[in-house]
Amino acid sequence: MVSHVWCRVLCAGLCPVALCRLQGWGSAAFSSRSLSSSTNDEFLKEKRAQIMSRGLPKQKPIEGVKQVLVFASGKGGVGKSTTAVNIALALAAHDSTKAVGLLDADVYGPSIPKMMNLKGNPELSPKNFMRPLKNYGIACMSMGFLVEETAPVVWRGLMVMSAIEKLLRQVDWGQLDYLVIDMPPGTGDVQLSVSQNVPVTGAVIVSTPQDIALLDARKGAEMFRKVRVPVLGLVQNMSVFQCPKCKHETHIFGADGVRGLAKTLGLDVLGDIPLNVNIRETCDAGQPIVISQPQSDMVSLVLCT
Amino acid sequence: MEAVGERGNLAGVGHILLVLSGKGGVGKSTISTELALALRHVGKKVGILDVDLCGPSIPQMLKVQGKGVHQCDSGWVPVFVDQDKSISLMSIGFLLEKPDDAVVWRGPKKNALIKQFISDVTWGDLDFLIVDTPPGTSDEHISTVESLHPYKPLGAVLVTTPQAVSVGDVRRELTFCKKTGLQVIGIVENMSGFVCPHCLECTNLFSKGGGEELARHAGVPFLGCVPLDPQLTQSLEEGRDFIQEFPKSSAFPALAHIAQQILDRTSPQGS
Repeated sequence: MVSHVWCRVLCAGLCPVALCRLQGWGSAAFSSRSLSSSTNDEFLKEKRAQIMSRGLPKQKPIEGVKQVLVFASGKGGVGKSTTAVNIALALAAHDSTKAVGLLDADVYGPSIPKMMNLKGNPELSPKNFMRPLKNYGIACMSMGFLVEETAPVVWRGLMVMSAIEKLLRQVDWGQLDYLVIDMPPGTGDVQLSVSQNVPVTGAVIVSTPQDIALLDARKGAEMFRKVRVPVLGLVQNMSVFQCPKCKHETHIFGADGVRGLAKTLGLDVLGDIPLNVNIRETCDAGQPIVISQPQSDMVSLVLCT
Repeated sequence: MEAVGERGNLAGVGHILLVLSGKGGVGKSTISTELALALRHVGKKVGILDVDLCGPSIPQMLKVQGKGVHQCDSGWVPVFVDQDKSISLMSIGFLLEKPDDAVVWRGPKKNALIKQFISDVTWGDLDFLIVDTPPGTSDEHISTVESLHPYKPLGAVLVTTPQAVSVGDVRRELTFCKKTGLQVIGIVENMSGFVCPHCLECTNLFSKGGGEELARHAGVPFLGCVPLDPQLTQSLEEGRDFIQEFPKSSAFPALAHIAQQILDRTSPQGS
C-alpha cells in the first residue's frame, strides 16, 4: 500500500531517488521526470551517483573557528536556544582563555538576540564581513539582527540556504575555540545547509521527556547520522517541576523519556535540567541564568552538561 | 459555503482553519487535536491535515500511528480515527516506511507533497478541515497558504506561550497572516500557568499574559488561556480522547471555550 502511495508522489514530479531512502541529502534542484516501469536498477544507481556527486556542496571549515557544536532537536520549543545560550556562556565561564561564538541559525524565529540582550545592526569590517555583536564575552550573530523585530522572514528554502551560507562565512568571527550553533526545529534546509557546508565537531540533541518530543528527537538523531555528524549526546530538558511552595514534584512533560531514547540509540545523557521559573525569567530578561545566578543549582546542572 | 471554481477534493469541506505559530513547541498540534475532538463532540465531522513534514505528531496524538493510506479513484483516502468516521487525518507519518524515519527534505520536495496533500486527498463531506503546521514561516507555510487560497479558508488560529521569546515569533506570524491575506480568528495562550496538584499554588512557568497582551496590541480576538495540564500531556501521549475522558481537568474549560468560539464564528448568525 505504502509503495503505491510513493509511486503517486513520484509521478507528481519528485526525483526517483526519494524512493530509495537515500542519505537524506534531499535536493534543491532535481527536475521532474516520469518513471517508466522498465527502469533498469544499474541505470538508476549510476544516475543517482551522478546526481549525488554534482549536488553536494564542498565542506569547508570556517576560518579561525576550531570547533563547531550544534544544538538541535527535531522538535520545537524544547529549549534548544535556552540550552545553547547557557552552555555557550558556561564554556566561556569555565575557561576564560577560550573564545566562544554563538550563531543563531533559526532564521524564522531567532531567539538569541532577546536571550543575549543584544540589538542593532552589525557593522561591516573592511573586508565587508559582518561583525558579530558581543555580550557577556560571547560573539553572536543572528537573523534577528538583520531584520526588524516584527518582520517575518517568509522565505523558501533556496533563500534560507543562501542566508545560512552568509551567516557562516561572511561573519568576522575572529579566532574562536568554539562556535555554538543554535538550530531551528525540524530536519530540513537549515540543518542540511549547516551540516553540508561546515565540518561539525558534534551535535547535542535537546528534548523534553514526552513521547511526542522524543519521536522528533529521534528523527533529529537519525538526520545527523545520515549527514555523518557525530551526536555527542542528549540533554533532557524540562524534566520535572518542583512547586516553589510545597516542593511537590510533578513530571509535567512525562518522566525520563530521554534516558530511554538515549539507551536505545546508544548515546549519553549529557544533562537533566528541571523546569524552573528562573531559567525562563532570566532568558526573557536577556540575562541567562549562567550569568545572572551563577551560584544557583540550575547552573551547576547546566555546567555538568 | 459557495463553491469557488473547481474545488475538487475540497468541494465537500465547510470551513478550513489553519493552526499557526511562529514558535515551535507551543502546542499547535495539541490545540489542533483537541479542537478536532471538541468539534466532534458537538456532532461535527472534522478532518485534520498535518503538514508538519519533519515532525508529524498528530497520528500519535490520535493513536493511529502505523496505519496505511489507501487509494481510490479520486486520490488518497484519509485515515479515519474512529468507527464513526467523524475524524479523518492525513499526515506524512502514514507514508513513512518506519515511524522513526527522518524526513530530511529541502523546500521544493516539501512543496510538491503539500500540494498533493491539498489536492489529492479525498476528504468527502467535512464541517471543518483543520490544518496543523510546523513552526516558522517557511516553505510549508507559503505552499499551504498559496494552495488553500482558492478555497477561501476561514482563517488562522495562532498559538503562543506567554513568554517573550514566543510572543516575538508569533508577532511575526501575525504579520505573515496580514501579508498573505489570511484572516486571524484569534490567539490562544497555551501553557499559561501551572497549578500544583498538591497545594494548588499557581506558578507561571512560562510567564502569563503575553498572548493576551499581543492579541490586544494587534487588535485580534483573544480566544483564551490554556493552563499546563499533565493530564492533557498524558492523554496526548496515549492517544486518548481528552475531551471525553477528562472533563474535570484544568485544561478542559479553556479548550471547550475555544471550540465554542470557533463554532460561534461559523454559525449563520455569527460574524
